[in-house]
Amino acid sequence: MPAQRLAKLSLDYLLLAWIALVFVFPVVFMVMSSFKSDLQLLRDSASLRAFLPVGDLSFDNYAKAFQRAPIGLFILNSVFITAVTVCVSLLLASLAAFSFVFLQWVGRSVLMAAVLATFIVPFETIAVPLLLIVNNLPWIGLDGFKTSWLNSYQVQIVPFIADALTIFLFVQYFKDLPKELVEAARIDGATWFQVYRRVVMPLSGPVLATAAILKFLMMYNNQLLWPIMVVQEESYRPVMLGLQYFFQLNTAWGEIMAYLTIITVPVLAFYLVLQKAFIASIASTGIKG
Amino acid sequence: MNAEQLAARRRQNRAGWAMALPACLLIFAFLITPFFMAFGLSLTNQRLISPNPAEFVGLRNFERLLGVGLLTLDPLRDENGEVRLKGGEPEYPRIRSFTRGNPDYPRLNRMREWFRIDLPGDRQLVVLAKDLVFIKALKNTVLFVAVVAPVQSGLALILALLINRPLRGINVFRTIYFAPVVISMVVVAMLWRFIYDGQNGILNSLLGIFSFGAIEPISWLGNTSTALPAIMAMSVWQGVGFHMVIWLSGLQTIPQPLYEVARIEGATGWQTFRYVTWPGLRNTAILVMVIITMQAFTLYPQVQVMTRGGPLDSTQSLVFQAVVRGYEKQDIAGGSAISVLLFLFVLAISLFQRYLTRDRD
Repeated sequence: MPAQRLAKLSLDYLLLAWIALVFVFPVVFMVMSSFKSDLQLLRDSASLRAFLPVGDLSFDNYAKAFQRAPIGLFILNSVFITAVTVCVSLLLASLAAFSFVFLQWVGRSVLMAAVLATFIVPFETIAVPLLLIVNNLPWIGLDGFKTSWLNSYQVQIVPFIADALTIFLFVQYFKDLPKELVEAARIDGATWFQVYRRVVMPLSGPVLATAAILKFLMMYNNQLLWPIMVVQEESYRPVMLGLQYFFQLNTAWGEIMAYLTIITVPVLAFYLVLQKAFIASIASTGIKG
Repeated sequence: MNAEQLAARRRQNRAGWAMALPACLLIFAFLITPFFMAFGLSLTNQRLISPNPAEFVGLRNFERLLGVGLLTLDPLRDENGEVRLKGGEPEYPRIRSFTRGNPDYPRLNRMREWFRIDLPGDRQLVVLAKDLVFIKALKNTVLFVAVVAPVQSGLALILALLINRPLRGINVFRTIYFAPVVISMVVVAMLWRFIYDGQNGILNSLLGIFSFGAIEPISWLGNTSTALPAIMAMSVWQGVGFHMVIWLSGLQTIPQPLYEVARIEGATGWQTFRYVTWPGLRNTAILVMVIITMQAFTLYPQVQVMTRGGPLDSTQSLVFQAVVRGYEKQDIAGGSAISVLLFLFVLAISLFQRYLTRDRD
């Protein structure tokens, strides 16, 4: 390889690596700090030691964080809320998209247009009236009858199940499937639901992965605005609300870093394993361009 | 049409409705209904919990939010008609004398000073607002969008161009640049609170190390002039990977032969970008701008976690104010009015972007 090309190549990699450092340094700092005492954490932050696993490292912050707040409960809540929403969302969105794409029925195009148009309504613009709605909704659950949805799981799940983006992803995918498959199954006497379950869904692996990842990120990561408004009781809090426990009297930075690490690293690990699928799912939101 | 076909059609009608209905009902109940309610509620005095039924109040909520007034001030003069000076500067009448029940200025009643401009002849133009906090939230949000949308999409495009090359191991870099996208903004904001800290923040340490001590430590979130830019920078850091990936998928739709032709014709790097790459990215550009604008207008977690609107309202945002009023003050009507304004902005921007790009296609 000629020297000039080699020089250019190493410059390229140097540039890419510097940019990578910009994206990595906060996360490295978070993880390293979570193993340091507050005293050392603050002292190290004055130098590059902040990014290195040096000094007295221990799991003390993790132990203390678990004592300070019911972190296990918050994690369970978040996982439960996210999992239920993602699963039901995939089911209902794929059913609706199947109906929109493959079936002929009165009102189909109007309804589909109305549903997909809601894409441009940001959740933030409906949160306040939605608060009024859920405050007055009745609910019958295992623990009896209630006149309001405030302080519950369903208030964090039901409003988020159906969204335009998920339906849109399925519609796009189904449109590209060969229509003959569906017609052949119908001629063989399959009901519409059987066509959905036995023919179309088994072919929908990629779009299921895409929609699941996007929905997961939307749910798990965004549990702040809405829970602040509708969840006051500790027992229904998701992880993002748990942060406020660490700001009493003295801010316990080491414990905060431990908590942030606990709620972030599993997602990052998941992402690293499935990074192709994660990136493909974001890219697929760009198809409609 | 025979009876059998009719029956089949009716069956399909029923099946179609049955399958689409659950999702459509949920969207109707929890998205479309509150959306229209926001418009209705913004015209009332609805509260979250109130013994009295809500009343129709017309556009009063919007007038309260958006009301601004102008006032021209003449400097105070002493008995000889000379301008009175205070610390070398002309002295002006106190704003309160106009805004506290002054019968000559009923429109300015209860307004607060937003900013003032010096006019020729020692006069001053004072701009007042009925709801100063909201006006600042509006200004900050618009500023946030105006800065973040171009900067973030531009940087994302540069990253995409850097990544879109046949280099060994390029996927590693793509994975790293995208990583912040999968981290919650709540976590990111919390982390950057520490990075931006004035006493122990690592940003100050890093700047100090790399400038060999030339840059003094700054409390990035504690200063009215740096708090909003600090939030902007962090938001770009978190979101740029998202839009990089969208640009990347746009780049990959551009046919390779076009680049071959450009190379054979001896085009420079810039010419290739200008005449091959950029025209092929038009649709992607619209999409990126629409998405960034919508995301930027709904600025919230950063403010909630990092500054709660401070210092001195320099980081107030529309969504933060909607939550403060709709939830903390239980003023559903006021919060709804802010939501309606927010939606109108988002709608206007996306229509405008569509219009800009329509005739060229």
